Amino acid sequence: MIAEFGLAALWLAAALAGLQLLGGFAGLRAGGEGLAALVRPAAVVQALLCALAFGALLLLFVRTDLSVALVAKNSHSAKPFIFKLAGAWGNHEGSMLLWVAVMALAGGLIAAVERRLPERTMLATLGAQAFVGLGFYAFLLASSNPFERLAQPPAEGMGLNPLLQDIGLALHPPTLYMGYVGLSVAFSFAVGALLTRQVTPDFAKVMRPWVLGAWIFLTLGITAGSYWAYYELGWGGWWFWDPVENASLMPWLAATALLHSASVLASRDALRTWTLLLGVVAFSMSMVGTFLVRSGILTSVHTFASDPTRGLVILALLALVIGGAFALFAFRAAALRQGGLFAPVSREGALILNNLFLATAVGAVLVGTLYPLLLDALTGTTISVGAPFFDLTFGALMAPLLLVLPFGPLLAWKRADIVGAAQRLMGAAALAIFATILISALGGVTISLAPIGLLLGFWVAFGAVAELVDRSKLGRIPLGESARRLIGLPRTAWSTAIAHFGIGITVLGIVAVSAWETELVTTLNPGESAELSGYIIAFDSFEQVPGPNYLSDEGHFTVTAPDGGTRQMMADRRTYVASGMPTTEAAIETYGFSQLYLQLGEPLDNTHVVRIWHKPYITLIWLGAILMAFAGVLSLTDRKLRVGAPRRAAKTTPQAAQ
Amino acid sequence: MTWLRALLLALCLATPVAALSPDEVLPDPVLEQRARDISAGLRCLVCQNQSIDDSDADLAKDLRVLVRERLVAGDSDEAVRQYLVDRYGEYVLLNPRVNSHTILLWVAAPGLLLAGLGTLFVVGRRRRTVNAGLSAEEQAALDELK
Repeated sequence: MIAEFGLAALWLAAALAGLQLLGGFAGLRAGGEGLAALVRPAAVVQALLCALAFGALLLLFVRTDLSVALVAKNSHSAKPFIFKLAGAWGNHEGSMLLWVAVMALAGGLIAAVERRLPERTMLATLGAQAFVGLGFYAFLLASSNPFERLAQPPAEGMGLNPLLQDIGLALHPPTLYMGYVGLSVAFSFAVGALLTRQVTPDFAKVMRPWVLGAWIFLTLGITAGSYWAYYELGWGGWWFWDPVENASLMPWLAATALLHSASVLASRDALRTWTLLLGVVAFSMSMVGTFLVRSGILTSVHTFASDPTRGLVILALLALVIGGAFALFAFRAAALRQGGLFAPVSREGALILNNLFLATAVGAVLVGTLYPLLLDALTGTTISVGAPFFDLTFGALMAPLLLVLPFGPLLAWKRADIVGAAQRLMGAAALAIFATILISALGGVTISLAPIGLLLGFWVAFGAVAELVDRSKLGRIPLGESARRLIGLPRTAWSTAIAHFGIGITVLGIVAVSAWETELVTTLNPGESAELSGYIIAFDSFEQVPGPNYLSDEGHFTVTAPDGGTRQMMADRRTYVASGMPTTEAAIETYGFSQLYLQLGEPLDNTHVVRIWHKPYITLIWLGAILMAFAGVLSLTDRKLRVGAPRRAAKTTPQAAQ
Repeated sequence: MTWLRALLLALCLATPVAALSPDEVLPDPVLEQRARDISAGLRCLVCQNQSIDDSDADLAKDLRVLVRERLVAGDSDEAVRQYLVDRYGEYVLLNPRVNSHTILLWVAAPGLLLAGLGTLFVVGRRRRTVNAGLSAEEQAALDELK
């Protein structure tokens, strides 16, 4: 009954989305008020129904109801509870239901509480949200029904892929989906504003928390995914430029750009068209990512062509949503009035430059990801576009962005003094050069780009601090006064500084681990030891232990650090009972910001292959990202960018009416 | 969505042979480093977007051994890559070479950046001219106020 109940709830929710769409567009015309009054309640009830449907799926997985096809295919009665839950969304159908549920909840939330924009714009926004939602309902109900029953339930489920039985990964997809859905809300706001032509600073302020929230979730989701790949896949890589990773990076880059342009719109009423365009692009990137991952096109263009149902449905959805939005944009953009004016050298100008580089990076990653697929489809030529290509292209685009980044926050709105900003950054520049020379001398230049990377990382990090120093007038006024100013700074100033500092930290981590990582591949027997970068790794013992649903070969090690301290490490190899599939669980020990990474390989001629890596400052990569996410949360709590917040009187002379 | 990637990786793990193992490592560290650098740019053909240096698959191991054999035989880095391209096609290179098939790929990013800069330049100039002066009508209105 539970499965049928869930399916019924889903169908009802889809019907309500249809009603919401009709009501939204009725609201744009005179005389449509009756239908329009139903829009908000429809969205709220839809949210409840979707929550019920997802709850039903969770319950089915908890009970391991094997008469449901999805449960039989992805679960197993012997699985730990948390992974039974995670199994509900660790597959295609379940994850699509999760997406739809989160999207409906977001829509319900806006419908219930958002009353700051003109009602017509809100109706158009909710209508647009329902339009996107309908596409996903159609996809779910027509080609990915998660509640399908089996005529003959099997005696036992097939189990969740062992690689996925991991807490980090259990939380990874929901986090990313929150991000994608947040961007769908931003998209709907953009479409709503285009339909009613009301692109105002208030619109940007209403949209901003959704973009920011999406950005925070995407940042955390990508970080978690990266760390998961690092410790689970067993060779210590943290980013692979895999199309599936690119699928989450592209929306993140677009959301980062949107965040910056929305702040211009909210504060200065400029960049109206561009912000709308980015709103459309950011969600389009989420959709493209979903298409890439869900259609099976990545495995091969040919498998996609042989079973194209799902792929084609998403492709049609993609074309409809994105194409429709771009057509609307092309039709309406010219009618939007130009917003506030500014000189090229100004905070606005700097943010445009930021947007230019980020948007180009989105384009570069998109082309790199799709090119081999298109080339294969069109000419039959197969090529690979992998990490070396992306490192080069992406790096070349990020370097100039990082170079100009510290200037942005120091420039005034409208018209700024670049020489003044440069003077205020002299200290940061000097410190960055000094730190780079010092570290290059200590670590040795192993790869020629390392000093440039270090310089950029330090420059961005110190530049972010320089902004706080400058705004608190540190050193120019008494210390207590400076501290008071520092505390009194708006939270957006703090969050800008922290986020930019985080970028610097991440860059430093990337450079350090690329330049100074050491590796040792060797064979060891219990009782023997190896040495790497000053660490002595002694192989103590080897034993075979049964786990809850796997058999484990455990290697126990004692590591003596350069400072003489010893720690125990355990690396194991697991063979899962249900599938017979082996996985390796690396042992990772953190020393300061660096990590020792130890992997137990297969037996070789009666000894054990052991791989050891020393990864200097690798945790900075994720710490920087966490700082960025924290800055996002901080910015979310700032009062300044709320609708109705008191505005400071303009200091400049009033502008002539346009 | 990393789970899908994991699933594809799982296909590679189906035959439990470890990535680079000690018996493959060349005694000459300079040659070995060259082998590692070349390996990082070669695709494991049966895997999802993994280099042969990272992959556990049997084929990756064979290719790693092949790369080392060619290096020991005295081939240059480029000759080793060419040797593999001759056997497996351009698909084996993770960093595609510039040719008629890939030229669009290589010019895409710089092209986008230039197009963006050009657009900014044009829009900026148009705005400046639009806002440069008052129209005759506005000037007349202003004169009236004086």
